[in-house]
Amino acid sequence: MYLLEVRDLTKHFGGIRAIEEVRFRAKEGSIMSIIGPNGAGKTTLFNCLTGITRPTKGAISFFDREITRLKPDSIVKLGVARTFQNIRLFREMTVIENVMVSQHCRTQSGLLSAIIRSSSFRDEEKAIKEKALEHLELVGLESYSDTIAGSLPYGSQKRLEIARAIATEPRLILLDEPTAGMNPQETGEMMGLIKKLQELGKTIILIEHDMKVVMGISENIVVLDHGVKIAEGTPSEIKCNPMVIEAYLGKEH
Amino acid sequence: MKKAIHPLTHSPLIISLWFSLLFLPFKGLEAAGILFIVLFAVVSLLKVFKNYAGKIKGRLNRDSDHYFINILRIAVEIYGRCPHLDPKTRSISLTLLISVVVMALPFYGHDYLIDIAVLSGIYIILAQGLNIVVGFTGLLNLGFVAFYAIGAYSYALLNTKLGMGFWASLPLSVMLVTLSGFILAIPALRLRGDYLAIVTLGFGEIVRLILNNWDSFTKGPNGIGGIEPPHIFGMQISRLGHFYYFIIIFVLFAVFIIRRVAASRIGRAWIAIREDEIASSSIGINTTAYKLYSFAFGAFWAGLAGVLFAAKMQFVSPESFTFMESVLVLCMVILGGLGSIPGVILGAIILVMLPEMLREVQLYRMLALGSGLVMLMIFRPQGLMGGKGVSFRS
Repeated sequence: MYLLEVRDLTKHFGGIRAIEEVRFRAKEGSIMSIIGPNGAGKTTLFNCLTGITRPTKGAISFFDREITRLKPDSIVKLGVARTFQNIRLFREMTVIENVMVSQHCRTQSGLLSAIIRSSSFRDEEKAIKEKALEHLELVGLESYSDTIAGSLPYGSQKRLEIARAIATEPRLILLDEPTAGMNPQETGEMMGLIKKLQELGKTIILIEHDMKVVMGISENIVVLDHGVKIAEGTPSEIKCNPMVIEAYLGKEH
Repeated sequence: MKKAIHPLTHSPLIISLWFSLLFLPFKGLEAAGILFIVLFAVVSLLKVFKNYAGKIKGRLNRDSDHYFINILRIAVEIYGRCPHLDPKTRSISLTLLISVVVMALPFYGHDYLIDIAVLSGIYIILAQGLNIVVGFTGLLNLGFVAFYAIGAYSYALLNTKLGMGFWASLPLSVMLVTLSGFILAIPALRLRGDYLAIVTLGFGEIVRLILNNWDSFTKGPNGIGGIEPPHIFGMQISRLGHFYYFIIIFVLFAVFIIRRVAASRIGRAWIAIREDEIASSSIGINTTAYKLYSFAFGAFWAGLAGVLFAAKMQFVSPESFTFMESVLVLCMVILGGLGSIPGVILGAIILVMLPEMLREVQLYRMLALGSGLVMLMIFRPQGLMGGKGVSFRS
C-alpha cells in the first residue's frame, strides 16, 4: 500500500525550474530519504507536499486522496506533518504550549465552551496537556516543559519541532534536515528517535545531507539534482549509481 | 531574537540631550535647559536603580545586622515578596486590596476623579479589544477606533432615531460592529504586516469621514446629542457614581471572557499565528479563519466600549474618533505589554489618568507623555507587564 504518491510534480518560480516532473511513491511505515546537492529542490518539494507552495503542474495523492490544491491546514488534518530546515518554533511560547497548540486540528472546543468552561472543555484541555507531556517524553523534553521554547539549545529545538509534528497525529512525517548542525552524539540520538517514530507506525520522509544517517536508516532513497529526479533505490543501489556520484562529485575526466 | 541596542541610546546624557534639542525651537533655551537637567536626573536615577536592583535584592536575601537593611527587608516583605506567605494568600490579599480601592472610589473620590475612572473603564475595554488583535494575534491595526465609532454611533442612532433603549440596542450595535470587523478582515487579511496596518488606517479614516460628512444621517460634525443613559430595573443610571459601578461590571465581564478565551485553544492558536504564521498553518491552524475571528472578537469589545461611551457622554461626534485615538489605544496596549491582560488594564489607566494629572503643566503635558513613552520603550521594550518580548513580525 502506498501512502503517498507524487506524479509529475513540477514547480517553476518564474523562469527557475525548482522541480521538474518528479515522481515517486512512499510505502506506508517506511523511512525514505530525499537527497541531492544544495538547490536541488528538496525543500520546495516539501513545501509542495504540505501545501505551502502550489505546484505548477502534477499531482500528489495521499491515501488515494488528491491533496495537490489543498491548504496547509487541511493537509495536516489528513495526516501529513512536517518540520522545518530553519527551525520555526513558537519562540515566545513555552515548550509544552508549543505541543499543546499543535493539537489544534485534533480538538474542537469552540468559543462558547471556552467561555463557560463546560465539562467537555475542561476534559479536552486536560487531555491536551496529558498528550503534550507524552509527546515531550517521546522526544526527551519532558523536564523542560515550562521553558520558553526560544531559549532551548539548538538540538532540543529540533526535537521539540518533531514533538510538535507528532502532536498533529500524522501518518506521514516530513523531516527537513533533522540532524543539520548536530554533533555525532546528537545525530545518533536523532536517528534513534526517527526509528522510534517508525515503530509507532509513522511513515517518514526526510531530507538529509548526512550520508551516515541516510544510508543508516532509510529503506528507499530519492536523489534530486537541479529539480530532476536522477535516481531512486535502496542505499546500496544509490551508493554505486554513477549518476549520483556525478551529481555530487562532478564528472570523471 | 532581540537585537542588541547600541549602548549610546542607553546613555542618559544622549537621551536627555536629544529631548531638549527637540524642545529647543518651541520653548527657547531656558526651558530646554531645565528639561535637560530634569530628564538627565531622572534617567540617571532610573539607570542607577536598574543597575543596583539585582544587588539590592541579593543583599536583602542575606541576613544582616544592619538596621537600615532590616527595615528595607520588612518593607519588601509587606510589598509581597515574603517567602513565608504562600502565593495564593498573597494574590488574594492583593486582589482584595485592589477591589476595595476600586469599589470604594465613589465614596472617597470627587466627581472629577470618578469621571476619569469611568473613562478609564471604557478605555480598558477598548484596549483589551485591540490587545486581542495586536497583542495576541500580532496584526497591527491602526484603525481600531473605527469599530469604537461604529459602536457609539449605532447606539446613538438606534436610540435617537428609533427610540430603542440601551439594553435593546446593545446586542444589536455590538453585533453590527462584529460584522463590520468581519467585513474589514476579509479583504485586509490577505495582506501582511505593514500593508495590513495601512489598510486598517484607511478604514479608520473612511469611517470617520463618513460620520463627518453624511449630514442627513449622522448630523455630520455637529454630532448626535440627547442619547438616553441606560436603565436598570426602571432606574435610570445617570448619576456618575452609579455609572461607575455600571462600567466596572462591563470591565469585569470583558476581562473574564477574554482571559478564558485566551487560555483556550483559540487563544493559543492566535499566539501561534503571532509567533510564526507558516509554522501555525503547518501544524493545522487555519490561519485565515483565526485571524478573522481575532479581528471580529476584537471589534466586538470595541463596539461594546463604543456603546458605553455613547451612553456615558449622551453625545457623540466624529471628533472623538480620530486617528490619534487609535494611536492612543495602541499606546495603551504597548505600554502595558502586548498580550498581557493586566498590563493592558494598567496601560489604559495610566494613559487616561496621566494627561489629567499633568494638566497643571498644560504646555509640557504631551511632551512629558511622549518622552515617557520613548523612555519606556528604551528601558522596558516589552511594556510594563509584558513578560515576553513580542515584536511585529510579518
